[in-house]
Amino acid sequence: MGADTKVAGSPRLMVGEHFMLGDHACAEGALAAGLDFFAGYPITPSTEICERLAHRLPQVGGRFVQMEDELGSIAAILGASAAGARSLTATSGPGFSLMMENIGLAVMMEIPCVIVDVMRGSPSTGLPTLVGQGDVFQARWGSHGDYSIVAFSPSSPQECFDLTIRAFNVADQLRIPVFLLMDETIGHMTERVVIPPADQIPRTPRKRPGHAPGEKLFLPFKADGDLIPPMAHAGEGYNVHFTGLTHDERGYPALNAQAHEELVMRLSRKVSAHASEVTLVEEVYLEDAEVVVVTFGCTARSARRAVNLARQRGIKAGLLRAITLWPFPEEHVRRLSESGRVKRFVVPEINLGQVCREVERLTSLPVDRINRAGGAMISPQSIMEVIAA
Amino acid sequence: MTTAASVTSHTRIVEAHPIDKVLRADRFPHILCPACGIGSIIHCYVQAITESGIPLNQHVCVSGIGCSGRAAGYINVDSYHTTHGRAVPFALGIAVYRPDLRVTVISGDGDLTSIGGNHLIHAARRNVNLTIICINNFNYGMTGGQAGPTTPLSAKSSTTPFGSWERPFNLPHLAHAVGASFVARWTVLHIRQLKEAVLRGMHKQGFAFIEVLSPCPTGFGRPNDIGEGLEEMRRYRRRCQVDDHAYLPDIDIDLTNDDSPIVVGNFVDVERPPFHPALGEPAAATPKPDPDRAAARTQSRESSSNGQ
Repeated sequence: MGADTKVAGSPRLMVGEHFMLGDHACAEGALAAGLDFFAGYPITPSTEICERLAHRLPQVGGRFVQMEDELGSIAAILGASAAGARSLTATSGPGFSLMMENIGLAVMMEIPCVIVDVMRGSPSTGLPTLVGQGDVFQARWGSHGDYSIVAFSPSSPQECFDLTIRAFNVADQLRIPVFLLMDETIGHMTERVVIPPADQIPRTPRKRPGHAPGEKLFLPFKADGDLIPPMAHAGEGYNVHFTGLTHDERGYPALNAQAHEELVMRLSRKVSAHASEVTLVEEVYLEDAEVVVVTFGCTARSARRAVNLARQRGIKAGLLRAITLWPFPEEHVRRLSESGRVKRFVVPEINLGQVCREVERLTSLPVDRINRAGGAMISPQSIMEVIAA
Repeated sequence: MTTAASVTSHTRIVEAHPIDKVLRADRFPHILCPACGIGSIIHCYVQAITESGIPLNQHVCVSGIGCSGRAAGYINVDSYHTTHGRAVPFALGIAVYRPDLRVTVISGDGDLTSIGGNHLIHAARRNVNLTIICINNFNYGMTGGQAGPTTPLSAKSSTTPFGSWERPFNLPHLAHAVGASFVARWTVLHIRQLKEAVLRGMHKQGFAFIEVLSPCPTGFGRPNDIGEGLEEMRRYRRRCQVDDHAYLPDIDIDLTNDDSPIVVGNFVDVERPPFHPALGEPAAATPKPDPDRAAARTQSRESSSNGQ
């Protein structure tokens, strides 16, 4: 609320330097990415995204709808996206749980959208106003069945802005739901955010049908070599049919094992085939590191301090920050594991052990876990102690 | 569907049936049971599309899950077969982003009023520009005949083997109470009236709710001794009373009592501002009580007390 929009640039783009809340930076990132439609339901600690967009989105010609619940929010953004909108919803763990069924629908219908989950202490109502990182696996596996998505994890308000833009681009490129897995600390942190001019904001368009409607039959689920089908929107005359049922290239239900195998494999492979393009990491001191801290989100800020403290003590510590949490940066971990130089991994996270399982399955080296149930950040000192142990 | 049989001087051979282009002929045969009412309702919707004057590519059909939810898959417009209960908010997303499109939701009573009930009442309250065709067959047909929120008192189903003891919804009353601008109830026997109601819904700026009573001989008829679909149609013919001014709290359906009427009609048709999210201008002040609705209500009560 109370966004000062009297700055350089268009009303949509608050070009310049700001001292900005993480949640607000996420909302501004969505606007910069060309957000057309937001549907959401208030929930701590994501509410500021909803409030900011209630104020800002209508001013730039977009549509803001406060829905009756999160089930409705996700359904509404899928409908709007099916009609061509760049659409967004923002929530926290409990609301994210409610969205899971239609996240599967987004995967199956290949409808791009961005879903922000600002994680708080969980399970259940948990700690609404305090930090948690317990939704990492929910983001990957929350809906029923096998599928692949992309999830980004910002560690600063600036990254909330940058990664929201990237999330929209990846969603449109791969025709998938993309998650921004923020946490309460990052969402409620105020820091310097630089918003660049429009020509520095990348936009990946959706792949669209290569012919006019009626010219010939359009097959809405016939993928090209990149495993991604072009997308026709509602009201364009292609008379498309979208269903959550297993379907053929025409979009018609095809309830048999062969069609299911082909569809589910393609939906999964289209993400893995583009994994290297969407996998972002930050590497600190990895060129000679013997102890590597694998980290993400707000915990990465403590981990960075811990690594610096360790270096001051002469310990060859390094940091691998997963900016992309899903697909997990497997190759980066494997390369370190097989370097012959790294002796140990340390994985601090505000949950009882989620990212550490990913690291454990990728290495035979020791993996030291640092886990907290939630409610507070893990201190640099406690990470430092495990690095030094 | 051309025919070469016994051509008389009055017969005109046509290349295609007028509604062929609105149906996905490549999807036939359909999945519906013999004597199911859903096919007739699809026909009414398709006829309404062709008569609406709205170009085909401006119609969008959204459905949920169940036999009725399959309707979207047979209609040759942009169509979305969504998840159970979520057709209305999905349709809201389309209707809000593309207000030039005419979005119709076809789904069942269980989908729209049980698992999707919250979305239904809020979309009606907001007066979202949608036409809802709610196919009420008194049970969950796709899963094999379980009770739902419309199953009549004492009716049997696979989950009410001793008869249902829950009071069912009176859907027109519900839709009116939560703010729908147009509310109707018809049966699959009333195909002309149904088509007209759908047309009125399509041209209504706001939330139109049309309940259609429809036989489900497999799921509902069999355990309730209604026999074949034709028998349920005979009941409709025998018991339906058209009363556009019916007092809506009184139009519960008592299928067990052969003497009680099934009241059908176009009950509510009022003008209210349709849902149109703000575009940066201050919203209007607190809305005043809607004189049209108040008048309609008074009128309903009066005409209802006047007898039928």
